[in-house]
Amino acid sequence: MKPAPFKYYAPRSVPEALSLLHEHGYDAKVLAGGQSLVPMMNFRLVQPAVVVDINNIPELATIQGDNKSLRLGAMVRHAAAEKDSLVKESAPLVHESMPRIATMQIRNRGTIGGSLSHADPSAELVVVTTALKANFRIQNQSGERVVPASEFFVGLLMTAMEPEDLLVEIEIPPLPPRSGWSLKEVARRPHDFALVGVAAVLTLDRKDRCEDARLVYLSAGDGPISAPEAAALLQGEKITPDLIAAAADKAAVDEIDPGSDIHATAEFRRHLANVLTRRALEEAHQRALGGKEEI
Amino acid sequence: MENQFDLSLTVNGVSYQREVDPRRLLSDFLRHDLGLTGTHVGCEHGVCGACTVLLDGAPVRSCLIFAPQAHEHEITTVEGLGTIDDMHPLQEAFREAHALQCGFCTPGFLTTLLPWLEEHPQPSEEEIREAISGNLCRCTGYQHIIDAVKLAAEKMAAG
Amino acid sequence: MKHKIIGKRVKRVEDPRLLTGGALFVDDVNLPNMLHAAFLRSDYAHARIKNIDTSQAKTIPGVVGVYTAEDMGDAWEPGPPLVSPPPTLENVIFNSRRQVPLVKDKVKHAGEIIAVVVAENRYIAEDAVEEISLEYEPLPAVVDLEKCLEPDSPLVHEDLDSNLAAHLIQQKGDYQKALATADLVIKKRFHLDRGAAAAMENRGLVVDWNEKDQHLMVWDATQSPIPIRNGMASRLGLRTHQVRVVAPFVGGGFGPKIMMFYAEEMVLPWLTRQLKRPVKWIEDRRENFYATTQEREQIHEVEMALSREGRILGIKQKIIHDTGAYDPYGLTTPLNTQSHSMGAYDVENYYSELTVVFTNKTIVTPVRGAGRPQGIFIVERMLDFAARELDLDPREIRRLNFIPPEAFPYNHEIIDQAFTDLVFDSGNYLPAYNKALEKIGYDKFIQEEQPRLRAEGKHVGIGVVPFIETTGVGPYEGARVAIEPSGKISAATGVGTQGQSHMTSFAQIIAEVLGVEVEDVSMVTGDTAEIHWGTGTFASRGAVVAGNAVNAAALDVRQKVLALASKVLKTPEDELELEGGQVRAADIPEQSISLGELAILANPFRGAVEPGTEPGLESTKYFGPAYGATAFGVHGMILEVDPETMMIKIHKYVTVEDCGTMLNPLVVEGQIHGGVSMGLGNCYYEKLHFDESGQLLNASLADYLIPSASEMPHIEVIHENTPAPNNALGTKGVGEAGAIPVPAAFMQALENALPEYNLEITETPLSPNRLYELLQKKERNK
Repeated sequence: MKPAPFKYYAPRSVPEALSLLHEHGYDAKVLAGGQSLVPMMNFRLVQPAVVVDINNIPELATIQGDNKSLRLGAMVRHAAAEKDSLVKESAPLVHESMPRIATMQIRNRGTIGGSLSHADPSAELVVVTTALKANFRIQNQSGERVVPASEFFVGLLMTAMEPEDLLVEIEIPPLPPRSGWSLKEVARRPHDFALVGVAAVLTLDRKDRCEDARLVYLSAGDGPISAPEAAALLQGEKITPDLIAAAADKAAVDEIDPGSDIHATAEFRRHLANVLTRRALEEAHQRALGGKEEI
Repeated sequence: MENQFDLSLTVNGVSYQREVDPRRLLSDFLRHDLGLTGTHVGCEHGVCGACTVLLDGAPVRSCLIFAPQAHEHEITTVEGLGTIDDMHPLQEAFREAHALQCGFCTPGFLTTLLPWLEEHPQPSEEEIREAISGNLCRCTGYQHIIDAVKLAAEKMAAG
Repeated sequence: MKHKIIGKRVKRVEDPRLLTGGALFVDDVNLPNMLHAAFLRSDYAHARIKNIDTSQAKTIPGVVGVYTAEDMGDAWEPGPPLVSPPPTLENVIFNSRRQVPLVKDKVKHAGEIIAVVVAENRYIAEDAVEEISLEYEPLPAVVDLEKCLEPDSPLVHEDLDSNLAAHLIQQKGDYQKALATADLVIKKRFHLDRGAAAAMENRGLVVDWNEKDQHLMVWDATQSPIPIRNGMASRLGLRTHQVRVVAPFVGGGFGPKIMMFYAEEMVLPWLTRQLKRPVKWIEDRRENFYATTQEREQIHEVEMALSREGRILGIKQKIIHDTGAYDPYGLTTPLNTQSHSMGAYDVENYYSELTVVFTNKTIVTPVRGAGRPQGIFIVERMLDFAARELDLDPREIRRLNFIPPEAFPYNHEIIDQAFTDLVFDSGNYLPAYNKALEKIGYDKFIQEEQPRLRAEGKHVGIGVVPFIETTGVGPYEGARVAIEPSGKISAATGVGTQGQSHMTSFAQIIAEVLGVEVEDVSMVTGDTAEIHWGTGTFASRGAVVAGNAVNAAALDVRQKVLALASKVLKTPEDELELEGGQVRAADIPEQSISLGELAILANPFRGAVEPGTEPGLESTKYFGPAYGATAFGVHGMILEVDPETMMIKIHKYVTVEDCGTMLNPLVVEGQIHGGVSMGLGNCYYEKLHFDESGQLLNASLADYLIPSASEMPHIEVIHENTPAPNNALGTKGVGEAGAIPVPAAFMQALENALPEYNLEITETPLSPNRLYELLQKKERNK
């Protein structure tokens, strides 16, 4: 289990990295934390001719924020985000998702941008950024563009990025007041990829009616799977157990599209999605009623 | 060979300069180029935790890092913790609690726990289980390891 | 006898090296000029090889050679049969088909070796493996244990008429008669699936042929260095003294590392003799999943006949056991299943038909438990079902059937894995069982806690299961103990060490006998240069068989010490004592001599050693038991299940172990903890998923789920002691015990947690998905 040979570059700046990606195109792989890429290279499932290691670009590893958004550099490591007080305050859902991501050693090395660029449908950050309507700042040699999460993830392990593109920053807008959130998942061991999971975000109006609801599922299809119809059931309504159950049924039966593998059949995944949706909406609802994000 | 990387790094406080093939895994570099064979390799896909080393003080999988990525960084391996005659309190505690059997996974546990115990001087059993859940052990069922971590915390608190 | 050191919680002498990175494992051996091997392994489980082209691979810079079966010429021969079929039974069918070094014509399981590359480093060797081009003709694979016996099934071995590897019947009493008098007959079908041993260290081998010295040096991560040495010498046409095998520190064994003569162990010695350079091969984790032996798949059709009161009148069983593509390990594993299918119970009538089949899967040899967990699972599950049918307390039906203490030695009238009579040497089951029930708080749980938790909507259940383990089987082990001129003790035994703490527990025996400190004893295990005879570490036999050999050798040395000291000190032997590295007159402590001085006197440079005596204070002794020592234990657990998510949490785990005299309770407890973790893996986490084409779908530690600290409960271990009557130390084995009863206890607890579903679980392992399916079935049936 040794990787195939490759040419290695360790650029010290974003322009240098972009120039290398431009030059090598499809032959190149960006090496961020490497916690998904290197295992695949060790199994020789991926054999890039060129590796562009972006670990030596400090400007990609900053965490910034103001009242408009939390901005996470692509090379912010999971462990850094997990311990960061700004992340905890302004994006508690991101904060809460961190300990669920693999193991401590992986989080010490793995990066936010790496995980999102890899676009694994079972990754927590993929569904959390989708549920939070994050924006992805992408650069290449010709310029920069910002892509919303809803357009960033385009398929199984596929994003809207081209080979010469580099994800440089993720912007996460704050939740409105009276919002609650929850991330629920079932994994065979706590750090395994979840069999299924759901991120729920719920915003209430002054009369405790649902103003906005979002449900996004992991391991439930080829990417982060949203359940807009289930969310629509909640819209404008008082949240009751019956309504939650109806939304859970809707999402689990009609909206998600899980596959079967050795760990779970599609049927079991739908069942779990149903259970977790109920639990997530209940928790999100309680948190929303509590006033702010945190109870 | 053309595609070689000039690597300089510090391991256990000692500076090294070596030419390496960029694809060389840090685990192989430490073990076979530097002869620091205390770091063990159990899966080479980042699951078992046996190859855990400290990179600038943080536990990471050395099988998921290419050697050139350690350029200008500081690595600590199990050899950097203590010697046979002067073991670290964590190592002492592992011995006292019989926290190792075959000993193959042990270096990964020690390097994982070393910085963690500094941050968690009075860990609960649940916290310890969480902290070591990224390290697989097939011999101990983890129980004596948990005992050892508690013991180490006491030893380290006592200085 | 009152012990001073044996039975104490002595800290291990091997630890400082292991804890500081200073212990030698096979992959730590780096020799000058060493080459590295990588193997081309079959992608298919069953396929004919049409053509192999290695020419491209040979052109890669750094590649020294690429070899196929053809290149081996006359050196190509299958591995030796390790364990022959039982000679004491009649009408045994056994078709011996042994693994090959490199496949010649047809691959029989995925991962089987087709070619080997030798290169300057492993990276280059793997590059070259990718460049070998291979044409296969895929064949339909033999996977299912029952379909493989149908007449139109494809054949693993085409020279045989069927996929039958072995067939035999064992019986005692008359089951048909028992059946005629039974008040209740229960019939169930069981399916127990495959798992991996998954030691943290994969296998590995460094071989170094020295042409000038005509000597082969081997470091092998094996449980049985001496048989490996013998076999390598024989295969290479060498004398045994020309081969030295060292099993250094080995990172876990759990059974598969004793499956000596893996293909790699046949290929590498041949390579180093060809190339006259050292060659290293370290198995990687992916290879480990395909090539290292596995265990546990069996199908059972079981019938239990009972009286109204719950006495077992008889058990009838049909076992189909999967041996994989070859059967080098004979019938060891399924014979163990038979010897454990009556559990700890007095069963007068037993009829067991065993069918062993070949499949296109990785070879099966013992994995921690070795057929025993399957036997215990079926008998304990059957008793649970019987208790339910008869409306008996599950505890009462067990108490009613235990072999009573006065019945030992208890002869089961069948043979065990060692081909000797299955005799349980000793035991006292009821007190240990009652103690386990008390410690887990059975009554309180059932009467108070469970109703309270159920009222809170929690699904919590209890399971308590007793079990026996046959341990310490022959043939024999040896040990050499010598006092050095320094007064320190050197000792050696042929069994290898994979974490069992031999360097400490055997040293404790010697320290006890010779009156020295444990630290003064240097114990070598697993080096053929240190002792010539032995078999290996397996079958929970180290502490029993090697331990008693160590004891015998130490006692003999003690006798030599006393004889010599008696002369020197002019004191009768029976007035001498050994203490603190000295021999002294019991009542005149100043009248003493050190062991070191005695060792020098025993090896004089001048004068003559008296005729009939030997120089030195040294002895080599062997121990071989007539039959094994049977251990007993009870495991109890309280677990909670969330019937919506199928997630499990174990709240309490208690074990009572009776492994006779303990050499070191710390070590015993560690063995049990580790066994339980593997057993728990067999309950709910660890399954090798083979598809219909014989492909393994989860050959990685990301998809093959070994319990981590998060899944493990805290385990309370309580010791009972019924010393083994047939060995001097009174020891019984405990290495596998922890793993054996866990699935039976787990399923009992799970059913108890979900009474509304009235589950009857007859399979291992479950998974959240599988449990969901079982519950769905019951919901639909409601």
